[in-house]
Order: sequence, then structure tokens, then C-alpha cells
Amino acid sequence: MSVRRLAQIQPESFAFTPATLKAAKAWMANFPAGRQQSAMVPILWLVQKQEGWVSEPAIRAVAELLGVPVIRVLEVATFYTMFMLEPVGTHALVQVCGTTPCQTRGSEALMAVCKRKIGPQNHKSADGKLYWQEVECMGACANAPMAAINDYYYEDLTPESFEKLIDDFAAGKKPKPGSMTGRQGSAPEGGALTLTDPKLYDGSLGKKIKIPNLPPKAPKTAKAPA
Amino acid sequence: MVGILADKDRIFLNIYGQRDWGLEGAKARGAWNGTADIVAQTPEWICDQVKASGLRGRGGAGFATGLKWTFMPKQESERPHYLLVNADESEPGACKDRDILRNDPHLLIEGCVIACRAMRSHTAYIYIRGEYVHERERLTAAIKQAYDAGLLGPGSILGYDVDVRLQHGGGAYICGDETALMESFEGKKGQPRLKPPFPAGAGIYGCPTTVNNVETIAVVGTILRRGAEWFSAFGTEKSTGTKLFAGSGHLNKPCVVEDAVGISVKQLIEDHFGGVRGGWGNLKAVIPGGISVRMIPAEQCDEAIMTYEDLQARGSGLGTGTMIVFDKDADLVKAIARAAYFYKHESCGQCTPCREGTGWMWRVMERMVTGEAEMAEIDLLLDVASQVEGHTICGLGDAAAWPIQGLFRHFRHEVEERINTYRARKGSYAGASIAAE
Repeated sequence: MSVRRLAQIQPESFAFTPATLKAAKAWMANFPAGRQQSAMVPILWLVQKQEGWVSEPAIRAVAELLGVPVIRVLEVATFYTMFMLEPVGTHALVQVCGTTPCQTRGSEALMAVCKRKIGPQNHKSADGKLYWQEVECMGACANAPMAAINDYYYEDLTPESFEKLIDDFAAGKKPKPGSMTGRQGSAPEGGALTLTDPKLYDGSLGKKIKIPNLPPKAPKTAKAPA
Repeated sequence: MVGILADKDRIFLNIYGQRDWGLEGAKARGAWNGTADIVAQTPEWICDQVKASGLRGRGGAGFATGLKWTFMPKQESERPHYLLVNADESEPGACKDRDILRNDPHLLIEGCVIACRAMRSHTAYIYIRGEYVHERERLTAAIKQAYDAGLLGPGSILGYDVDVRLQHGGGAYICGDETALMESFEGKKGQPRLKPPFPAGAGIYGCPTTVNNVETIAVVGTILRRGAEWFSAFGTEKSTGTKLFAGSGHLNKPCVVEDAVGISVKQLIEDHFGGVRGGWGNLKAVIPGGISVRMIPAEQCDEAIMTYEDLQARGSGLGTGTMIVFDKDADLVKAIARAAYFYKHESCGQCTPCREGTGWMWRVMERMVTGEAEMAEIDLLLDVASQVEGHTICGLGDAAAWPIQGLFRHFRHEVEERINTYRARKGSYAGASIAAE
């Protein structure tokens, strides 16, 4: 397991913005009455979106909102590795996937770029704009190597294209996520070899059909709908 | 034809996202077609059809889906029934559910309605991994479309009311385990629960719950539309149907693709993944089902086929059907050491063998990478791996042990060579004389 602790320096206070609070209430309404604790991870995520990280006063505020002891929120915030427990870069949080499928396709070279341009991992760059870390499998292995930057996936990276991405983020731009080599999603490079039959897409599949294997008519009476 | 499945028999027609993911586009491709007729049937009929199709859970374990649904109580009590869809795709190598979530979300939502009918449930929650932010946005939009069209919610035009809702995680591999998923769903740390009670008896909020993988649920609508016998005609007796496969690693064209279960490993790699880098002869090993299954060496890849039973007989497994390929230049020891780090990082810390064992195994693996380990540590490592395996609440302990066991089963000589080389280089190494058994 990974050991995660709260940052040494904490802000004095935390307050939900009206937008965050509204979204948090919507998550709480997503679950049955009395089960609002279920919204904890989504709300901590909203807090992180608002502040950039999850601070100790924010953890207390979430506990109060959900009506649970502070320790319940604290243990969740330290358990889930998506929650950043210290301030991150103002322009970009760069998360490079380093697990085996990405490793076999060159993630180590990407991390070398990060070290050179940003510095050691889990630290902000000197100008405070960037922050990077190695993360575990992000689930985009067919487009390896990849990195998530500010939530979105940048795929099929090379050290060169990755370096340019980082430069763009540092310059305040918002590059379009997705494959950096122009692949369509997870299709093979050069275009899909399957799904080429035009009949799949002429609307014929949407025409009314008869479901096969239906039981004979006159169904058993009053089989209570559950 | 590329592969062994014709285009007309594919279920996921927008897997690459080249077409409209929305409701209209999905309907034109056959989604939501005849759904009302399906949910008008009894739960028993739906379960029987799914059983007859031979569909097995696509999340890795491969449990018979129709059978799993019948474990739910036959009468709804004051405790509501829940369908919990596991979209916490975190297995290294697996990236198939992501394409369903972002490009064919309506197949999943339709499947939720049908599966809910089959288990007498009116609420489905889809638990999506936290990192899939784009996929979550897409799914949220698709669910809204379905509500707006009256397909979901009270007074559904389908004649059976189902609410489909979302939940998301915070980045923890362990939450892919069904009981950890339920803990996490309830807003707690994702630490697996002991079974029994099984989820069908007491799952989320203590209510009857069934946890299914995204792909499992998303194929149900098409199976019922085309007939169980259509689906079961593909593959073998015990491994039926079509399935999403993914390839990563040393391939010329890694991708996600749907093909029939039972396609050979070689054809899958050569037809769909553009072949191994440097040609078939340059293949060293394949991990066929996500990193937590054991690898198979190149010499077995000529005959190996992608079915549950064939890969199991080779000491591996179909798992999620998402393969990682290594060519002859690959450093397998390093690759598995990285996998060991992954398990060390993702262990939830609840059971001692896993919490301590994964860290220990990773540290030893790191020394094997450089060669500075003792020769006797190989057997020690395998001994520890076998003691982690099977001695934990969930399967993460097993999953951590298997890649290491797979490495040493087939490539032990490589590690031994590495240790010997390291010794030879450091002629005066203190342990050299002791370990030269």
C-alpha cells in the first residue's frame, strides 16, 4: 500500500463555492435517503477541482456536510491516490502512467522528460506551474504510453510530443486530449481494419425486429411483476 | 476477413468512436431495439436465455452470468435489489470497457435495464473509475439522453422502470474487486469484505446486489435480440460468444478489437495487432489476460487459443482478454518487477500476507532485475509467493503472486544468468562462493 499523509502546511480555512456546493448536493441526492456518505469520494473530488488539492480544513468541511466523523473522510482522502494532499502546479498536474504496458512502450523516457523539465516527482516545478508524478495503470494500454494532464488523457506519446505538451500547458494553453499521433480512439494505427461493412450503419439494424426464442403467447397469468 | 468474426456479427459497432455515440446513432445501430419486448418477459426467461448463450463474466473471473443473476432473491422485500456495474477498469493491459463507456454507452445503459429486469431490481449504479473523467462525462450525457427519451426512470416507455445512476471512485485498483467496490460505493476505504454473506444476499447497504462487468452488461441486449444460439455458436462449448480483446506492449499496431472467443493468440496478434515488433519469430512471451495472469512463452503461442479452458490448461487465464506482448528485446524481469510494484502500491493493507508480501516480493524482484539477489532467493521468493496466494480475503494476493510465478516457470534461467553475470562482474562479491550451489 502507499503511505500518504496530509501536507505539513495547511490553510486556515476552507469554504465551498456555491457551484461546488450545488454539485455536492446533487451527488448526495444521487443515493438513497440516509446514505449520503456514499457521495464522499465524488465530493472530495469536487473539492480537489475547486482548490487543486484536498486540505485538512476541507476534509473537516466535507465531514460536516455529510454528517460523518472527520476520521471517515480523512481515511478516505488518504486511501484513494487520486486525491492530492498537497498543492500542485497552477497550470498542470501531469500524471505519467508507469505500469508495465506503458513501461514496455517507453514511459521511462517520458518520465525522464518530466525530471528534466519539471524536476523530481511529487514536487512542483521551480515556477510553481507544473507538478508531476508517476501513477499506476490508467486503463488506456492500447494507446500507451500515456499521461493524464489535468484529468484528460494524452495518448501515444513520444518524448518529443510530450515535451511540447508540457510546454503548451506551461504557456497556459489547453491542448486537445486524445492520441498525439492522430489515431481514432483505440483503433489500430492507420485506421480500423474491422467495422468496414456499410450495412452496419445504413440504419437497417434500427428497423423493428422480432425478438427470437420468446415463449409462446398467453403468458402465465399474474406472474407478479417484481 | 480480418480475424475470425464477420462485421455483421459484431456487437460493438462504434468501439473506436468514429460515429455518433448518442441515442439516435446508437438506435440506428440496433441499440434499444426490441428492449420493451425483452423486459416484458419474466426474469426467468431472461436468465434462461443468458444462461443458454453461455455468457461468462468479462471482468476476469469468468463466472456464468445467467447463473449469477439467479442468485438474487426471487421476491423483492423491503430491501431493494441493486445492479452494480463494475466500470473500475484498472487491470494493467485492460482498456476495453473504456471504449464501451465513451463510444457505445447506450448498449451499457440498455443492458442495465434488461439485467435489472432479470434480477427484479429497479436501480442500477455504474461505478466508474475516477480517472475516467471524459468517459464519465460521456456516460452522464448518455444517461440523460435515455431519461429524456423516457427509456429510464418512472413511467418508462419500456414498461419496466429502472433508474441508472453513476458513482465514481478515487483511483484504487482494489475497488475492482466486487466487495471492495461495494465498500467504496458506500463512501468508505475500498477494503474487501469477507464472503459470506455474498453480495446477492447482502451487498450495498446490506441489500441484495449483483456486480457485473461493463462488457458483460453491454452485450446482453444484442444477445437477446439475436438469440442465445447466435452467441453460443461462437467459440467453444465452455467459452462462447464474441469479446473485446486488447493488445499492448511490443506490437506494431496495438488496439482494441472485437472478435470471437476462440481466436488463436497468433491470429489475434497477426491479424488485428499488426504482428509482433520484429516479426512472429521475435516473440518472447505473452500475458494473455491482463497482468494478473501468468505469462505464456512464445513456443506455446503458436497453438494457444483465447478461451478460458485453453489458457487455464497452460497455467494462465483469459482474464479480461487484454494481452501484453513482449518481444525478444524485452526485459521480462523488469516488466514483472514493475508489476510487483503495482501490486505493492495497490494493496489495500487489510490482510497481512498481501500488505507485507507484495512489498517484500517487489523489493526482491528489484534485486533480481540488477542481479544482486542471492541465487537461493529465487526459491524463497516462490515460496513467499505461494504463501501470499490464497491467503487473503480477495484475489489481489493471488494476482500479485501469479505474474511472478509465471516468470519463473518459463524464464527462471534468465534470472539465474543475470545473478551469475552480476557475480562474475563483481569477482570479489562476498556471497559468491556461498551461492554457487
